[in-house]
Amino acid sequence: MAKYLLLKHYRGGPAPVNDVPMDQWTPDELEAHFQFMRDFSARLEGTGEFVDGQALSPDGVWVRYDGEGRPPVTDGPFAETKDLIAGWMVIDVDSYERAIELAGELSAAPGARGEPIHEWLEVRPFLAEPPTVTE
Amino acid sequence: MTADDIELRGLAPQVLSVLVRRGADFATAEDAVQEALIRALSAWQDGAPSDPKGWLITVAWRAFIDLARSDAARRDRELRVEAEPPTALVPSADDTLRLYFLCAHPELTPSSAVALTLRAVGGLTTRQSARAYLVPEATMAQRISRAKRTVGRTGLDRPGDVRTVMRVLYLVFNEGYSGDVDLAAEAIRLTRQLAELAGDPEVDGLLALMLLHHARRPSRGRPDGGIVPLAEQDRSLWDTGLIAEGVAILQAALARDRMGEYQAQAAIAALHADAPRFEDTDWVQIVEWYDELLGFADTPVVRLNRAVAVGEADGAPAGLAALAEVDEDVPRRHAVAAHLHEKKGDLGLAAHLYAVAARNAPNLAERDHQTRQAARLNQLLRHRR
Repeated sequence: MAKYLLLKHYRGGPAPVNDVPMDQWTPDELEAHFQFMRDFSARLEGTGEFVDGQALSPDGVWVRYDGEGRPPVTDGPFAETKDLIAGWMVIDVDSYERAIELAGELSAAPGARGEPIHEWLEVRPFLAEPPTVTE
Repeated sequence: MTADDIELRGLAPQVLSVLVRRGADFATAEDAVQEALIRALSAWQDGAPSDPKGWLITVAWRAFIDLARSDAARRDRELRVEAEPPTALVPSADDTLRLYFLCAHPELTPSSAVALTLRAVGGLTTRQSARAYLVPEATMAQRISRAKRTVGRTGLDRPGDVRTVMRVLYLVFNEGYSGDVDLAAEAIRLTRQLAELAGDPEVDGLLALMLLHHARRPSRGRPDGGIVPLAEQDRSLWDTGLIAEGVAILQAALARDRMGEYQAQAAIAALHADAPRFEDTDWVQIVEWYDELLGFADTPVVRLNRAVAVGEADGAPAGLAALAEVDEDVPRRHAVAAHLHEKKGDLGLAAHLYAVAARNAPNLAERDHQTRQAARLNQLLRHRR
């Protein structure tokens, strides 16, 4: 039993396979994609592996402290969406292998021409609580 | 969670086994027992009835009839169960033991077996389990109902055995998180029940192991959640009552001469508990127990922990030699390597390895601990220059 974060990047990953922008898909292709995502989380709820998931707006901005009495500095938003996170899902599964398997399935969401988008998903294990027995 | 609540939950497996014995199907009977437990919590507020178990059996049976009726009505079928039970069956130890086996059925995944055990044997509500494991209640509910379906489909013919039950209880104990429900205490309670039912020295060994680790809990964590390593723990905080109980249970188990991995692990824990100061630890005997343990469970984790013990018993070079046989990918291996190199006096390498250990740490407390170790050595090295 371990929790993993599945991070969906807007266009992250080494090499895109089927990266036609979503606004170029047909309405039917879009609907199929949305339905796939809904079915995926519903299925994980059914298997008792779903913890949480949210989609994020691309309008991100960078913020940092700028010294005593001064307002924080902001930078952006940027047109470059390469590093932006589109959404995330938290799963609670029995093994690392299962987390990889599920991420692989999620990456097969249909895109343009109904073909899997093959998008790269980032899988990050949670830092859990320490176990009781260590020595 | 009150003492009454725990006592009430202690009756859950017996009540459930009576219902199943009377012919109720496992899944519906389990829902009915939950219903009865919830009703008891409000009905018993001004005092428990004179026969709590009888009360629960009656209420659970009625709840089962209601559930079975509505189920039957839904499926438009004749109700085949009698409204009144044929005879007032007394729960038998064998039936309750079989329930443990069922909930830890080998067909279940570890998380499903844990979920079902905590509910059907432990009497925890779905919400309590969900909170303890930090998942939504709906997710935990699905886990439990899937587990019940699996068990209902395949379980009753081949109900598993005591080994699988021990693994599940050990998982619960080792979860470590203590929130609303104290999972370690819950695991101990269920293992105690199992030990009474099973009469197996290995179950006694597991119980002793849990008690001995639980006894050290007050000294193991910092108030901020950080880890205090064994060498630095304030031993005056150890629960001597629990230690004495664990040692007595272990000795009785060992006397039966049926050794196993939990007894060997408990023996190691007992030797730690027995040392008034860290320097007094009998590392030579601990190494011997690790050698014994390897005969039952030759795992990389056991070999790693053995290397630590060898380092204390025979010096850092011997520990490093033992470590060389341990698989590179084992969690905490870098932490052990760092410790042994520090002991040997190679502070530069140790600092580097602590930093690597921090990067690979499987939990936050461990990461912070290893980062502190690296920082401590790096500061020392800066002062030396």
